[in-house]
Amino acid sequence: MNDEGTGTLIAAGAVRAALRAHILENFLFSDDESLLDDAASFQEQHVIDSMGMLQLVAHIEREFGITVRDEDMVPENLDSIDRLVAFIAGRKGLV
Amino acid sequence: MCGIAGILALDGCPDRISRARLGAMAAALAHRGPDGGGYLIDPCGPLGLAHRRLAIVDPAGGRQPIANEDGTVHVVLNGEICNHVELRRELGSRGHRFHTGTDTEVLVHLYEEHGDELLHALNGQFAFALWDARRRRLMLARDRPGISPLYYWQGPSELVFASEIKALLAVIPRPAVNPRAIRQVFRCWAPLSPETPFAGVFEVEPGQLAIATPEGLTLRRYWEWSFPPAGEERRGGEPELAEELQALLDDATRLRLRADVPVGACLSGGLDSSLLAALAARATSGGPLRTFSIRFTDRDLDETPFQRAMAERLGTTHTEVTVDRAAVADALPAVIRAAETPLLRAAPAPVARLASRIHAAGVKVVLTGEGADEVFGGYDLFREAKVRAFCARRRDSRLRPLLLKRLYPYLTFTRDQTPAVLKSYFAALDDDTAQPVFSHRPRFAAGLRCEVFLHPHFREQIDGFDPEARLAADLEAGLRGRDVLQRAQLLEARTLLAGYLLSSQGDRMLMAHSVEGRYPYLDHRVIEFGNALAPQLKVRVLREKHLLKRCAQGLVPDAIRERPKQPYRAPDAAAFVGPGRPAWVADALGGLAIRRAGYFDANRVNRLVRKLETAAARGEPISHVDSQAFMAVLSTQLWHGFFQEGR
Repeated sequence: MNDEGTGTLIAAGAVRAALRAHILENFLFSDDESLLDDAASFQEQHVIDSMGMLQLVAHIEREFGITVRDEDMVPENLDSIDRLVAFIAGRKGLV
Repeated sequence: MCGIAGILALDGCPDRISRARLGAMAAALAHRGPDGGGYLIDPCGPLGLAHRRLAIVDPAGGRQPIANEDGTVHVVLNGEICNHVELRRELGSRGHRFHTGTDTEVLVHLYEEHGDELLHALNGQFAFALWDARRRRLMLARDRPGISPLYYWQGPSELVFASEIKALLAVIPRPAVNPRAIRQVFRCWAPLSPETPFAGVFEVEPGQLAIATPEGLTLRRYWEWSFPPAGEERRGGEPELAEELQALLDDATRLRLRADVPVGACLSGGLDSSLLAALAARATSGGPLRTFSIRFTDRDLDETPFQRAMAERLGTTHTEVTVDRAAVADALPAVIRAAETPLLRAAPAPVARLASRIHAAGVKVVLTGEGADEVFGGYDLFREAKVRAFCARRRDSRLRPLLLKRLYPYLTFTRDQTPAVLKSYFAALDDDTAQPVFSHRPRFAAGLRCEVFLHPHFREQIDGFDPEARLAADLEAGLRGRDVLQRAQLLEARTLLAGYLLSSQGDRMLMAHSVEGRYPYLDHRVIEFGNALAPQLKVRVLREKHLLKRCAQGLVPDAIRERPKQPYRAPDAAAFVGPGRPAWVADALGGLAIRRAGYFDANRVNRLVRKLETAAARGEPISHVDSQAFMAVLSTQLWHGFFQEGR
C-alpha cells in the first residue's frame, strides 16, 4: 500500500496505534491504554469537545497526508477510534 | 462596603469573646475597611462584634457597632442600605431618635419596629449582624441577590462569622478541604451555596436570614428569585414597559449614587454599563462623572473604542487600565488569596487591577453593570439553550443547527465548524429539554475535562456526588414548569451570579483594594420587574436583552446599543504558558507540588502543560476545555498552598 501523501508504506493497524497514542496523550493525558475504547463516541464520553475536534482534524491532515473536506466532518467519520480508522483507511485505500 | 466579624459563645461562656480574638479577625479584614474600626463585647452576654470601616456615608460619625436608644440592640453592617433616607424619615416620624447620619443606624430602629421582618423594608446590598441583647439572639442576614458576603463556622461551643473566610481562619482550627466544593467549582464555576471549599465553613445564602442563639442556629429564606405563574407574565405595551423600566433604573441608580464621597462608574463598552453611566451622568451634579475601563492588549478581548465613545459622549473624566497577559499572570496568586476559592477563569485579575487604579484615583464607590444579563436575558447561554431546544424539536433538520453558528460570532471555532459537527457536539449532551438543568449542560459538561486530571484517591472522595443533581434538587420548586429561559435565568442567578460574578469577580477583587461596587440592575425592584416579563421581551428570537435595548434608546448610541454582546473575558491559560510565564507557575505545577497537595495526577498535569506549551510555541489556539482545566489545576494548587499549607 502506497501512502498517497508521503509515499511511505502504512497499514491500518499502524494508523490505529498512532491515533490511539495521539488521543491518549492529547485528550486523555495518559498512557493507560485501558482508558480508550475504540468503539466509544468521543463526544458522548466527553473526550473531545467541538474545538478539540478541529484540532484532531488538523492532526489527521498533517500526520496522514489527507485532506478532510467539509462534508467529511460528520460524527460518522470522526467520533471514535474505529470510525477514524475506517475513514482514513477508506481515503488511503489501506487494508 | 466594610468588613464585619463576630463570635457567639454557644456555651454561654464569655471568656471566648476576647478583644484579642476579635482583633485578629478584624485585622484579616483590614482591606475592607481602612478608615477605622470598632468592637463590642456584650458585658452580660456571650457575644462579641468587630467592624472595619470603609467610610462612605457620614464619614465623621458612623463608627460601628451602632446601638439603639437604650443600648439593647447592636449592629455591624457591611454594605449599603440604599433607601436609608426614606426609612429614616419614616422612623423619625414614629419617634425614633438618631445619633448619626448613617444608613447603619436605621437597622436598629427598624428592628425595634418590625423584628426580623425589617428585611422586607430594605433596598440595598448588605450583610449584617444584629445583636438583641435582651433576647440574647443574634441575627445574620444577607441581601437578596448575594452582593455582600457573609460566612460562618460552627464549632462545638461557638459560632464564628465574618465577611471573608480569612477572618474565620484567624481564630478557628484550620479547616480541611471540602472535596465536594472542588467538584462544584469544576462543573458549575463556583461552590454551590451554602458550601465553600473549606470543610465546615458555610455562607449565609443570598436572601437568607440566620438566627443564632446559645441553643443553636436556624436558617430561613426571606426572598427568592422567582417568576410569576406561567401565562401571567407581562407582555404587551412595549413602549410603556420600556418607559417603566427606565424610570425604575433611574431610581435604582439615584439611590446608589447616595454617598458622602465621590461615586464613579465602570465602563465595559457594552450596553449595561453604558446605560448606567448615562443615567449616573444625568443624575450627578458638581463635576463630571469619573469612569473607569479595562483595556486589553489582546485585540480579540479589547473594547476600547466603545468605552471611549461612551466616555466622550457623556463628558466623563475617564481612566483606562491596560492589561496584558503578563499582568494577568502576575495577579493570579493575589486573586486566589482574595477570592478564597479555585477559579476556572483568570477574568477577576484585570478587575483587581482596575480596582487598584480606582482606589489610587481616590474613588471609593463605583457603579457596575452586573446583573443586567441575568435579569434581562443577555447571556449567550440563554440563546444557546433556546436554539438547542429548537433543534431538539426537529432532530433530523440540517438547517436548524446553522443557527448555532450565529450564537458565538466572536469564537473562531463556531465560525469554522460545519453544522453537522456543531449539531453532534450538542446532541452528545443527551438534550432532553425537560431536564431541569438543560440550559447549563454544555457548561457543566465542559467542566468534566477538569476532572480528567484528578488523582484517583481524591476522586474517590467525591464519587457519587453529582453537582447537577444537587442543583436540580435544590431549585426543584423554582424550576418546575418554567420556560427554558426562566430556568436558565434561575440557574445562572444561583450559580454564576452569586457564586462567581458578585464574589470572585466582584466584591473580593474590589474590596481587596477598598473599593465598593454598587449594582443598580440588582435592585430587587428591577429584578422583580425583569422576572415578571414574558420571556420574549428578554430574548426575542435570538436578539438578547430586547426590552433593555429599547429602554436605552436615546441614552446609549446605537453603535453600542445594537452591537452583538461581547462577554467580558480575559486571557486564561494563554497567560501562563510560553516563555514569559512567571517562575511560580512551574513551581505550582511541578510533580512535587502536585503530589504533595494530592488533588491531581502529576503525570496527567505534566501532559497538559506540555500540550499547551507546544500549542503556544506553534502559535496555535488553546481549546476552551484545555484552558479551563489548566486554570482549574493551577488555581487549586495556589488555593491549597495559601489555605491548606499556610504559605
